[in-house]
Amino acid sequence: MAESDHHEHDETPCEAALQELYLYLDGELTPEKRTTIKSHLDDCSPCFEAFDFEAELRIVISKHCREEVPDSLRERVARQLEALEDRSAEA
Amino acid sequence: MADQALFAEQAMEFMGPLYTAALRMTRNAADAEDLVQETYLKAYRGFGGFQEGTNLKAWLYRILTNTFINSYRSKKRRPEESELDEVEDLYLYRRLGGLEAVAVGRSAEDELMDMITDQEVKDAIESLPDQFRMAVLLADVEGFSYKEIAEILDIPIGTVMSRLHRGRKALQKRLFEFASQRGVTTGAPDAADPTTPATQPALAE
Repeated sequence: MAESDHHEHDETPCEAALQELYLYLDGELTPEKRTTIKSHLDDCSPCFEAFDFEAELRIVISKHCREEVPDSLRERVARQLEALEDRSAEA
Repeated sequence: MADQALFAEQAMEFMGPLYTAALRMTRNAADAEDLVQETYLKAYRGFGGFQEGTNLKAWLYRILTNTFINSYRSKKRRPEESELDEVEDLYLYRRLGGLEAVAVGRSAEDELMDMITDQEVKDAIESLPDQFRMAVLLADVEGFSYKEIAEILDIPIGTVMSRLHRGRKALQKRLFEFASQRGVTTGAPDAADPTTPATQPALAE
């Protein structure tokens, strides 16, 4: 993020926090910035609720999209790897 | 230099997540199975070049996404980047966030789990253009860091961030559309809005 040409004085702390929402949830902020956001969330319940919603949504998305590997695929790949392994053992 | 004989032992455990990603990328089971099989074959052959101690899962994903891009992507053209709408921040929260308040004592996660179905999440992800879909899958479903995603997709970290930003917002919009179609969203009280306190005008468009 280009912080240098950012007009921070124009921003409310809430807007500033929202700007860093994804970086915060992704664990990609510097420790200092992380602490700044965290202390804002401790003081501001609307922001906390919004951040929490985004965090929960991500968990829900990930849980809803897990797939079971078909046994046939597992067997197919295992057989293929064994065959390759046998061939390289013979060589 | 990794020993090929150890490949199966180390790599097979990642088949679940690889298959999940393959299915979301190819959008059909037969192609997903072929893509996973091809990935394992290529990874086995290239395992000599894999450095022990580095991230095997990320390395497998790199092979998977490269194979997808080279062999599967062109089959069905989808809208490209320019066609992805601009979506406001907190799109879903502003529309659904208030629903949590309805059932006291339940977490947002429980409410959302009920509100959104498996199929809707899958359809919403699959509706995203390729480059956004891959970034969102890698970050939000697999939990890779920006740096790992940049390495897997061979793009700069700044590009990872912008794809995630736009992809996630577009995903929220699709999820809301699905929820609306089922009528789940009717009667939702407005969520508290952190950027529009009552004493101030709403944010500029």
